[in-house]
Amino acid sequence: MSLLRVESLRTFLASPAGDVRAVDDVSFDVASGETFALLGESGCGKSMTALSLMRLLPDAGTIVGGRVLLEKRDLLALSEAEMRAVRGRGMAMIFQEPATSLNPVLTVGIQIGEVLARHTALRGAAARQRAVELLEAVGIPDAARRLDEFPFQFSGGMKQRVMIAMALAGDPALLIADEPTTALDVTIQAQVLELLGALQRSRGMGMLLITHDLGIVAQLAHRVGVMYAGELVEVAAREDFFAAPKHPYSQKLFAALPVPERRGGALETIPGSVPPLSRQFAGCRFAERCAQAWSRCREEPPAWHEASSGHAARCHLYDRASGTRHREAGRQRSAPEVVSSTGLAQEPGAYLLEVRDLQVHFPIRRGVFRRTVAQVRAVDGVSLGLASGRTLALVGESGCGKTTAGKAILQLTKPTAGSVRYRGEELTALPAARLRALRGELQIVFQDPYASLDPRMRVGDIIEEGMAALGTAAAAAERECRTAELLERVGLSADMRGRYPHEFSGGQRQRIAIARALAVAPRLLVCDEPTSALDVSVQAQILNLLKELQASLGLAYLFITHNIAVVEHLAQTVAVMYLGRIVERGSVEEVLGAPQHPYTQALLSAVPRPDAAGRREVIVLSGDMPSPARPPAGCHFHPRCPRAMPQCAARYPDETQLSATHGVRCFLHG
Amino acid sequence: MMPIVLWTDALVFLLLAATAGAGLYIRRHEYLLASWRRVGESRAGMAALVVLLAFVAVGLLDSLHYRPRLADANGRPANGYGTEVRSVLDALLQPLRAATEKTYSAPLATHLYARETVELPDGTQARVFPRLKHGGAHLGDAEAEWGGDVAWRILRGLFFAVLAGLTFLLGAVHLAARHWAVGRSQAWRRMRRGETRFAWNAALLTAGLLLLLAGPAISLAGGYHVFGTDKVGQDVLYLTLKSIRTGLVIGTVTTLAMLPFAVALGIAAGYLGGWVDDVIQYLYTTLNSIPGVLLIAAAVLMVQVAIDTHPDWFATAAQRADARLLALCLILGVTSWTGLCRLLRAETLKLRELEYVQAAQAFGASAARIMGRHILPNVMHIVLIAVVMDFSGLVLAEAVLSYIGIGVDPSTISFGTMINTARLELAREPVVWWSLVAAFTFMFVLVLAANLFSDAVRDAFDPRLTGRRIAHSAQGQTA
Amino acid sequence: MLAYVIRRLFYAIPILIGVNLLTFTLFFVVNTPDDMARMQLGVKRVTPEAIEKWKAERGYDKPLLYNENAAGAARLTDTIFFEKSAKLFVFDFGRADDGRDIGHEIKTRMGPSLAIAVPTFLLGLFVTVSFALLLAFFRATNLDFWGVVLCVAMMSISSLFYIIGGQYLVSKVWHLVPISGYAGGLDAARFLLLPVLISVVAGIGSSTRWYRTIFLEEIGKDYVRTARAKGLSEAAVLFRHVLRNAMIPILTGVVVVIPLLFMGSLLVESFFGIPGLGSYTIDAINAQDFAVVRAMVFIGSVLYIVGLLLTDLSYTLVDPRVRLQ
Repeated sequence: MSLLRVESLRTFLASPAGDVRAVDDVSFDVASGETFALLGESGCGKSMTALSLMRLLPDAGTIVGGRVLLEKRDLLALSEAEMRAVRGRGMAMIFQEPATSLNPVLTVGIQIGEVLARHTALRGAAARQRAVELLEAVGIPDAARRLDEFPFQFSGGMKQRVMIAMALAGDPALLIADEPTTALDVTIQAQVLELLGALQRSRGMGMLLITHDLGIVAQLAHRVGVMYAGELVEVAAREDFFAAPKHPYSQKLFAALPVPERRGGALETIPGSVPPLSRQFAGCRFAERCAQAWSRCREEPPAWHEASSGHAARCHLYDRASGTRHREAGRQRSAPEVVSSTGLAQEPGAYLLEVRDLQVHFPIRRGVFRRTVAQVRAVDGVSLGLASGRTLALVGESGCGKTTAGKAILQLTKPTAGSVRYRGEELTALPAARLRALRGELQIVFQDPYASLDPRMRVGDIIEEGMAALGTAAAAAERECRTAELLERVGLSADMRGRYPHEFSGGQRQRIAIARALAVAPRLLVCDEPTSALDVSVQAQILNLLKELQASLGLAYLFITHNIAVVEHLAQTVAVMYLGRIVERGSVEEVLGAPQHPYTQALLSAVPRPDAAGRREVIVLSGDMPSPARPPAGCHFHPRCPRAMPQCAARYPDETQLSATHGVRCFLHG
Repeated sequence: MMPIVLWTDALVFLLLAATAGAGLYIRRHEYLLASWRRVGESRAGMAALVVLLAFVAVGLLDSLHYRPRLADANGRPANGYGTEVRSVLDALLQPLRAATEKTYSAPLATHLYARETVELPDGTQARVFPRLKHGGAHLGDAEAEWGGDVAWRILRGLFFAVLAGLTFLLGAVHLAARHWAVGRSQAWRRMRRGETRFAWNAALLTAGLLLLLAGPAISLAGGYHVFGTDKVGQDVLYLTLKSIRTGLVIGTVTTLAMLPFAVALGIAAGYLGGWVDDVIQYLYTTLNSIPGVLLIAAAVLMVQVAIDTHPDWFATAAQRADARLLALCLILGVTSWTGLCRLLRAETLKLRELEYVQAAQAFGASAARIMGRHILPNVMHIVLIAVVMDFSGLVLAEAVLSYIGIGVDPSTISFGTMINTARLELAREPVVWWSLVAAFTFMFVLVLAANLFSDAVRDAFDPRLTGRRIAHSAQGQTA
Repeated sequence: MLAYVIRRLFYAIPILIGVNLLTFTLFFVVNTPDDMARMQLGVKRVTPEAIEKWKAERGYDKPLLYNENAAGAARLTDTIFFEKSAKLFVFDFGRADDGRDIGHEIKTRMGPSLAIAVPTFLLGLFVTVSFALLLAFFRATNLDFWGVVLCVAMMSISSLFYIIGGQYLVSKVWHLVPISGYAGGLDAARFLLLPVLISVVAGIGSSTRWYRTIFLEEIGKDYVRTARAKGLSEAAVLFRHVLRNAMIPILTGVVVVIPLLFMGSLLVESFFGIPGLGSYTIDAINAQDFAVVRAMVFIGSVLYIVGLLLTDLSYTLVDPRVRLQ
């Protein structure tokens, strides 16, 4: 019997461009004790589905039709007061951003106590006792004391645990988790996923898990529903789904993932972007991006077709009457094309960029006279080398100092100490004029495609800016010509020059940002998480582009990222950073294939793998990364290290060379 | 006659030119145009704009000054120019300006509001309400003919108003039809039903209402004092219309005076940081720490002393009064730039960390270039919102300051001076209410229009609020 | 925490020096004492002797910054700057042009000023916050819409109108309270009722609208959605969650004016004949009594700086993030 039954749910959002069909005819079931994952890229309507179930839509949203049955009660027919009794009790919800989802001025105890007071008979000491139990259940140490603390005193992962404790307080039958780990680092994500899985199993709750990450689905879900453009397009059991996704969109999602098997080759991409949901659709919503579409797909919305028992897709391909023929034809057409890779075998000659003991410290000032009492050691002795035409990935979790290191290398942040040599010239000691002349060769692509383009400038002006500032192309006509060329080069068209950034999607903006950097003919490109804000299918486009540019222009990339899959796909050498220092470095094969540092091992094991055997052994690290203002004595990692030894607390280990390229800073290898 | 350009006139026309220039700039920049189109969609905003434009028209007419040629005893032009400075508005309102009575008279009255001792033809003396010299002077038997005459004038005014309104409307419909390439009836239907993006219906309705008020008023003003007369017999309607320019000048020139400082210092403090930031912060904290009224009082007193001790600086009384008005604007500007400066500093601090600014830094672009190309355009919406929101506050402040005695020169006609001179009239028996009511009503309409317009501008330019606006309309549909 | 307060106090010193220099420049450099004397005496009676006499009576006959004729420290102290500006730092305000001691006047007039300002402040805060909460509770309904329209209309009305209109209606037409005047003790209530009421009403429009915006901004935040997801009623969400967070910007905006309450409200005091600091200031402005204006400028900025300090302290009261870090 199903715990939750959603039938033909339709939710519209009012917008200036007309009604947006955010959720359009979505139906699914969640049984008790089952985890149902709603999978989809941003804007596909999965969060709106969840908020519709809770009837917590933003003011612009309206549920237009459908039924939501929780334990056979139609939630959409309840009065608002009756619905309030369901929220927190019948179903509870945890949100994506733990940092903003907790009330900053109320203690954790009060916020949990509210749920107990609302939904249980517990009061006073009994309620407090229950709250302590809940915090302990979600793995918060010293729960009795922490109950009286405020959310800001908890780290991100701990906040999400508090959110989970709050959601569990009403003992809900169904837990809705909306991207519960997206805002967290991968080692913290592993902790929270483990917790969610364990809680769901032990309490026999139903869980609706909303995520964009195939790896998380593989790890937690029993059944999967794939959403695209407001519709559910495929529903399957986890094993079936990972064994053989049926809908062309699902297939493309898998093909776009950077995985080791596709190293060196181009990734599959989905052409175009999600259509605006404010328009009317005649046929299948995916038709215009689908390689297997034929005329019927554009004319007639597909019905649900069951491919195998419990595995259904909303696609004409599985219509027994006509689909088979097209399926065969389509398969042939969509055979993966592998672009031969170049420049990989190149031997590292003289380094283009050589960094020695780079330090960036920010002072902490306190007291009456604002004296410097301590230093935030954001980057604390980083050394690395990068040859031209090669890619070095700088990997680490948020707060490890990788972005600061990138900016310090480009002299955008002033290094405290250390040396940065570019083609033999010491950048840190260069006179301003000479540094300016070199700026063209050292460029950067940023993380957030929405913040990296000036919204008040036309695309053409944005790309020309560097040429004008550095005087590389003096004549306006020359600049214009070059801009057109660059736009074509990054896969846009030259006539987009006169448009403004807001008219472009995230992936297109990132292409513009790349074109801007390319405009001044750089030799080294620092890529600061250039794909972390993008959906998987768009990420594949950008990765392909970067790869292709490297092959044809001989660019060197310093690729800053937290995404191990991207590293595997793009880089030749890797440096793993923890709390301002590089703990392990070497070639991709060495570091990712046979990691030697316990942190690298934990980091790699924490990445959820998108395959049917999703539940593997994960080295779950305890605790959080310490603050770089107060790094632990000795090896920075030792308080969290599962293999720590007494000497680890005494001093920081020196680097041990394991091979010509592979080095690690750990006493296990000393 | 000899044209005279007072300091404030020059600034007003400079402002006009700047507005025109900004208009041209906006036309060429799609993202600005889009925001202004959103302003145009606001019904309240466009109704307010029509009212504001009417006020501005009066203000501009009153900003074209000249000194009339002296006339000899026979009224023939003589050599030399008078010391009296007049404006085009004065010339247009000459009948009102010249039609002074002895003292108070009620709106549309035919008799004075105070008794006077007159000598009757039979030689005896009596205390009567004497007939006015101008108000209703064309009537023979005032009591009998007054009602009919007033009604007739109102009707005549309404007739011309309707006539003018229809002509205007036809023109608008004709132009709109050509613009949209549809038939005229189609265009009219769209405008009427509010199916256009620009809030034509609100704008046209407001314009119509203004005409319906103005028509009868003009018609009546030909024979009466529509708003009565004040203590020294001046026509209150004339005084009210003259007050508009003062209000507008205070509201706009002040902003113009402070804007360059606020923008330059705010952005420099936020972007450059370091000692520049320290100095600018110190500057505005110091200025801010002095209560505004007191700083204005101190400065105005000093200006007053300077003007009084140097009577030779000014050729005419109007120029002296204008110097004081300008000084007031500058002083208000000095006291009011700190808020905007702080706002811009905070915003610049945020923008400075944005990636597109860092991208420009990675090109080695200079600080000046980044502030000019990247920061300034991205804070202009804050500047605009501050400018339109400040306007109404300044108009209100003028009245209070003039009342306290640290506002405009007592000879300058303004809402504040009107209220100040009329403040004790409510304590009189019988009550004289019309001066106060006229001044307060006009000021209220001006400030309300400015507030509504600034709300429309803020909604259109502040992206944080747009979501809420959409939410509002959506709720309205479901409710 | 203590270090923070001490640092803020240190920071106040250069600001006060700046204010002092500014007023000194305004009052003595832009226009010389001779100019002031000429204006005070009127054009007709201006003779060099009269000017000298006027200046000597008020201590303006000394050099501005440096006295060559004096000896020792007096070279610096026997100057206008020291006598008239530097002494403000020890709250020695000297005498007004009419010869009365300014410090004494300020002490006696502080009471009536506070008697009108404190009730206005408290009542105003209560009324506007409640009204704004009401609008926020009924947001996006007709009540909210017309409430906002009313606020915009009310803030478009000149404060002079509220005062003049209120006096006319309540005192003259209805004869409920005296038009103006003041008395000590309990009797004061009779005189204070109307000015307090008018001040509160005059402030409703803009404050309510501002607070409503703050409330709406808070209502749009994620933690409110969390609170609703718990099943809490809209009232509980508004009072327990939104109000507490909204109090942070509201309090900090409001606390800065608390010390300035001592200064009284210029208009209301002058209209209602209340012998407070506000009317004192206005009288001084009208009489062009520079000594009083100078003293009030200085006191005003001292109070403003105290207000800034209180604002910072109030942050620590309402925001645990500031208190505990």
